[in-house]
Amino acid sequence: MDRNQLQRQVALMRSSLIEQVPNPSLPSLKLLVGYLDEQQFLQLEDLQDDVNPNFVEEIVTLFYKDSARLFHNIEQALKSRPVDFAKLDNYMHQFRGSTSSIGAIKVKNECNQFKEFCLAGNAEGCARAFQKVKQEHETLRTQLETYFKLRRQAGLAETV
Amino acid sequence: MATSTSGAAWKSGDVVSDQFPAGLRVLVVDDDPTCLMILEKMLRTCLYEVTKCNRAEHALSLLRENKNGFDIVISDVHMPDMNGFKLLEHIGLEMDLPVIMMSADDGKDVVMKGVTHGACDYLIKPVRIEALKNIWQHVVRKKKNEWRELEQSGSVEEGDRSAKPSEDADYSSSANEGNWKSSKKRRDEDEEAEERDDTSTLKKPRVVWSVELHQQFVAAVNQLGIDKAVPKKILELMNVPGLTRENVASHLQKYRLYLRRLSGQHQTSMNNSFINPQEASFGAMTSLNGIDLQTLAVAGQIPAQSLATLQAAGLGRSTAKPGIPLPLVDQRNLFSFENPKLRFGEGQQQQQQHLGTSKPVNLLHGIPTSMEPKQLTSLHQSAQSLGMNMQVNTHGAQNSSLLMQMNQPQSRGQILNDTASSHVPRLPTTQTIVSTGLASGVLGRNGITNNGRGAGYNPVMQNSSMLNFPNGFPLGSASTMSGLPSQGSFQEEVTSEVKGSVSFAASYDIFNDLNQHKSNDWDIQNVGLTFDASQQSNSIPSGSLDLVHQGFSGSQRNMPVRNQSNVGKPMYSIGDIGHGNAQNTSQHLNTLLGDNSIRIKTERNTDVLADNGFFPEQFGQDDLMSALLKQQQEGITPAENQFDFDGYSMDNIPV
Repeated sequence: MDRNQLQRQVALMRSSLIEQVPNPSLPSLKLLVGYLDEQQFLQLEDLQDDVNPNFVEEIVTLFYKDSARLFHNIEQALKSRPVDFAKLDNYMHQFRGSTSSIGAIKVKNECNQFKEFCLAGNAEGCARAFQKVKQEHETLRTQLETYFKLRRQAGLAETV
Repeated sequence: MATSTSGAAWKSGDVVSDQFPAGLRVLVVDDDPTCLMILEKMLRTCLYEVTKCNRAEHALSLLRENKNGFDIVISDVHMPDMNGFKLLEHIGLEMDLPVIMMSADDGKDVVMKGVTHGACDYLIKPVRIEALKNIWQHVVRKKKNEWRELEQSGSVEEGDRSAKPSEDADYSSSANEGNWKSSKKRRDEDEEAEERDDTSTLKKPRVVWSVELHQQFVAAVNQLGIDKAVPKKILELMNVPGLTRENVASHLQKYRLYLRRLSGQHQTSMNNSFINPQEASFGAMTSLNGIDLQTLAVAGQIPAQSLATLQAAGLGRSTAKPGIPLPLVDQRNLFSFENPKLRFGEGQQQQQQHLGTSKPVNLLHGIPTSMEPKQLTSLHQSAQSLGMNMQVNTHGAQNSSLLMQMNQPQSRGQILNDTASSHVPRLPTTQTIVSTGLASGVLGRNGITNNGRGAGYNPVMQNSSMLNFPNGFPLGSASTMSGLPSQGSFQEEVTSEVKGSVSFAASYDIFNDLNQHKSNDWDIQNVGLTFDASQQSNSIPSGSLDLVHQGFSGSQRNMPVRNQSNVGKPMYSIGDIGHGNAQNTSQHLNTLLGDNSIRIKTERNTDVLADNGFFPEQFGQDDLMSALLKQQQEGITPAENQFDFDGYSMDNIPV
């Protein structure tokens, strides 16, 4: 693809990720709609500048690295008997903070579900909700990776 | 004190640099690395200078190392190593920087907690950059308030330094106002001038420096260090609503004069104060003070409850005791205080007379050990001062404050009297004061100190104890005391004080010793205990001092306070009273704080009592002890004790 096309792709993908309007030219992006909170993600992108041109990518990478740690803790807590709901809530609270910081809406919604079960003391419900969280988490990661790749390509094409 | 706390250009005075708010130095604390990185980037985009930190303890040490290195702090609420609110308290107390809390939790109760703990703002995650762009307003607001006070107090201070007679009981003296107005002119660059105009034109009602208020004041001064205490900072530390910088400035002036007088006339008899025309009205009070001293001296035996009663009685008495022998007072310059201008309250007058500088806190120190029952009243007052001391400690666990208290050895006697008289009324107020403003923070601080920083308070104690250990009391425990920053001057005073009162020297040592022992975790307690010890020694024949010493040395338990209390038993007089007061105060404080800080106070009291095991019979302070014990149960030694006793000079105590 030429530069323009790439850039357009990037733009489309981004809008698909953010907005709920599926882009017909990028059918694959249909899956991505509504994954990210527009404002938040755009804000992060706005922070990118010459100093940190890949700021968002760095943030996302950091996010996934940290969430892996939190997930591990949560899984441990879910396995332990009796289940320590306070701890679970604590971990999930931390995760939810960073999730909302990058604007991952769907993941955050699943987190809220998790919290409900946690408050109710429903270990099984928590486990199930956690699975959903992980799913959304992974899906988003894939999408974002693609997005960043496209962006890099477009960027590179630009500098060329 | 410079208007600008740090070097940031935009902070100086009224002038705000063109770049403002660029360059604002922000410290952001969050255990979440993602959020931390995003925040840092956002803040950088706002052109702020960002320092990020993922652990609260680390953030605190950063702030402590570089007190003026940051303008504002942003902190997350949920952190693994320390609760964000606790950090908030610490910062508010120690550095008095604006703190913004943030959290993904937007529950009303959490936000409310932020507000009550003193956060200047609360952000909900995810944080938007727009929200961060405006954080500079909190810094400006704070600076503006400080600045205005500074201006006022600055001009006032200059006037004060001219050593004008402090007979002027009018706080809003024309001189002050004049200064203020002139300073006002300097600031008419922006709207601030207008505000100042309004304030200046508004004749502020005369402030009555109650015992509690004075205690707070002294605590703040001690914390800052007498040399560095400026009205603005004192005002901030005191955090008394309605109190203006002017008030503080003029009060500070008087206090300074009083201190000078104390150091200058160590042996000034209180007669002077009696004679003092202005103090004429206080004459009765002074006499009362004398009684108070005595009361304090024997206070040991007075249970907390009685103390309270005594206090009340003392208050009444203070006004009515004309013929009270004030031998102790004389020595103590109780009445050589500058002037009765400081009217702490009903009973305060006496104190004022004695104190001159209206340092209720000192009063406690000066409580003579050999007080009669009447002393209880004074003890109460002392206790109040103790309470104040507590507050002082809370302020920042600044040793200086403690030391300061101790430093008023000369004024000890006076203090006793004053405290006696002023404490009574103050006691209740102290607590209230505690509960206001920084109270929670302060208390928290105490708690912190007591809990385990020990360093904060210890320093103070150290100084005092160090000074007075001619006998070579084991100051080992004192070692925990750290940072006696501005102790120097204080020590000297104390030393001189001690020397002056030979008879009390020993007791004084005991005090120090006591204090030291307690420095472990009851910094405050130590203070208080010392007092007791000294008091006791006074009342008890020298022989008992040995006991005290021994007892004291022996009781190097984790409850140093106790030991001290035991030791101090003989000298309990004032100490006890103080304790009693302290107890009351601590109890109040406990309620206020509901946490460690408060507990410390109570414990101290109880400890003192409990540990009186050394001399339980001797002092017949069973009641007091039990009262103390009760407090101990709370597990906190009252910081009050610590404070009050540091500066206790036994001179006044007729042995």
